[in-house]
Amino acid sequence: MTIVRLLAVYLRVGILTELQYRANFYVQAFRSVLSLATGLAGLAVVFSHATTLAGWRPHELLAVLGVYLVISGVVRFAIQPAMERLMEDVREGTLDYVLTKPEDSLVLVSVRANAIWRLVDVVLGVAVVGYAVATSGGSLGAYEFAAFVVSLGAAVATIYGFLVILTTLSFWFTRVENILVIFQSMYEAGKWPVDIYPAWLRATLTFLVPVAFAVTVPAGALSGRATPLTLAATVAIAVVMVVAARRFWLVGLRRYSGASA
Amino acid sequence: MIDWISIYRAQFAVTFGAQLQYRASLAIWLLGLVLAPVISLVVWTTVAASGGGQAGGFSQGEFAAYFLALLVANHLTFTWVAWDFEFRVRNGSLSGQLLRPVDPIHANIADNVTYKVITLLAVVPATAVLAWAFEPAADTSWLNLVLFLPVVALAATLRFLVEYSLAMAAFWTTRVFAINDLYYVPLFFFSGQLVPLALLPDWVRAVGNLLPFRWMLSFPVEVAIGRVAPSEVPIGVACQLAWIGAFLVVRSMAWRHGVRRYSAVGA
Repeated sequence: MTIVRLLAVYLRVGILTELQYRANFYVQAFRSVLSLATGLAGLAVVFSHATTLAGWRPHELLAVLGVYLVISGVVRFAIQPAMERLMEDVREGTLDYVLTKPEDSLVLVSVRANAIWRLVDVVLGVAVVGYAVATSGGSLGAYEFAAFVVSLGAAVATIYGFLVILTTLSFWFTRVENILVIFQSMYEAGKWPVDIYPAWLRATLTFLVPVAFAVTVPAGALSGRATPLTLAATVAIAVVMVVAARRFWLVGLRRYSGASA
Repeated sequence: MIDWISIYRAQFAVTFGAQLQYRASLAIWLLGLVLAPVISLVVWTTVAASGGGQAGGFSQGEFAAYFLALLVANHLTFTWVAWDFEFRVRNGSLSGQLLRPVDPIHANIADNVTYKVITLLAVVPATAVLAWAFEPAADTSWLNLVLFLPVVALAATLRFLVEYSLAMAAFWTTRVFAINDLYYVPLFFFSGQLVPLALLPDWVRAVGNLLPFRWMLSFPVEVAIGRVAPSEVPIGVACQLAWIGAFLVVRSMAWRHGVRRYSAVGA
């Protein structure tokens, strides 16, 4: 398994690099806790004025927030740093150093950068999901749990594919860092179940930017909202996204000319 | 005597050209800016709808008006100086600017103003489309709308100075991303981006009144939608001016001490 070996190598390098900035860990942990507190306070303010939000009860919205944290933690830990690095390399022409290595280029650009402190968000997110399940009253069934795990895995794959496609655009447009900014603000919408948005926005968040499949579906799966059909669609979209990302990457790569190298 | 007019004219020409180079990223950045208030708008109109048409004294139309005004005010007041400054300290490109006889802050001001002017051409129609989609309604007056202009200008000045002061931390820590993130949490909360400050519990509002965040964003929004009467505006303006004064001092002290520590890390 070359991918696993490469991942392990770059993870080690990433950890060693970040250990030089240990103060960032405390700031990051503090920031994550504060941002979780803001999210919880937001929910508290909402539920001080309403009992349910578009049919979602408080503990279900808590699960949405938890899944949101887990997914955004994974994205910012592993996917986003790699994509940012890639954009910079395309602009500066330093992608040459990746292409000349004897490994698959997409695998290499996907694993070579990470920000370990961001894992704090994943840990907090898991804790929030656990708390949401514990306070829901009912016990978590085997189907709900399996549906949750499957849809969460599919969510990560979908977002990875989606971000690779966005980043690959930099072969044409050179300066696309801000595309990640759009993604982030679109993704912010995932803090709330997509059901609350008006139809046009819901369609955007389902098909254009896969927020619905990334957050709402896994969180809903915990309270039995995911039918087998939804689950199948979620997995299918993940597969399509990853395959499409790889194809698109290979097309984009042909345009790369190492401009300023 | 420094000729500020020609300095700024030159700066504007440079930044104008630079900004127009990247029209696509301007459009993208704008989309991001529009989306965040739309999310809050939807959440709160949903809450108001389930609460019989209103929540915390805001009707659905008023929530729409509030968050659309917030969108415009946030656009006019936001800055990216912290990222920009950290980048220049880290890769050493600040060195070149230090050789010039003008404080680099003026380049940032020109950059910021140019960007706002260019993007306003898109923010205004975007807001109009959203207004058509979400039907805002507010009990406001022409005087309130006129007062919005000087108040939002002061808010933008204050936010710029606060974020510029914060950016100075780059001189000491080199990497300030984490500090920035830390700053955005209370900003989001106390500047009314999460929810109108009127909907927060009293004790939270009391804490917020001791901080500068309300005056950086929420206050002009409250003025625009008529939640602050024209007769109450001078008190708010006085608070804005006081904070601006304080941060002018902080910024220049941080700059003077920080620049001595600057060692052009990556140059």
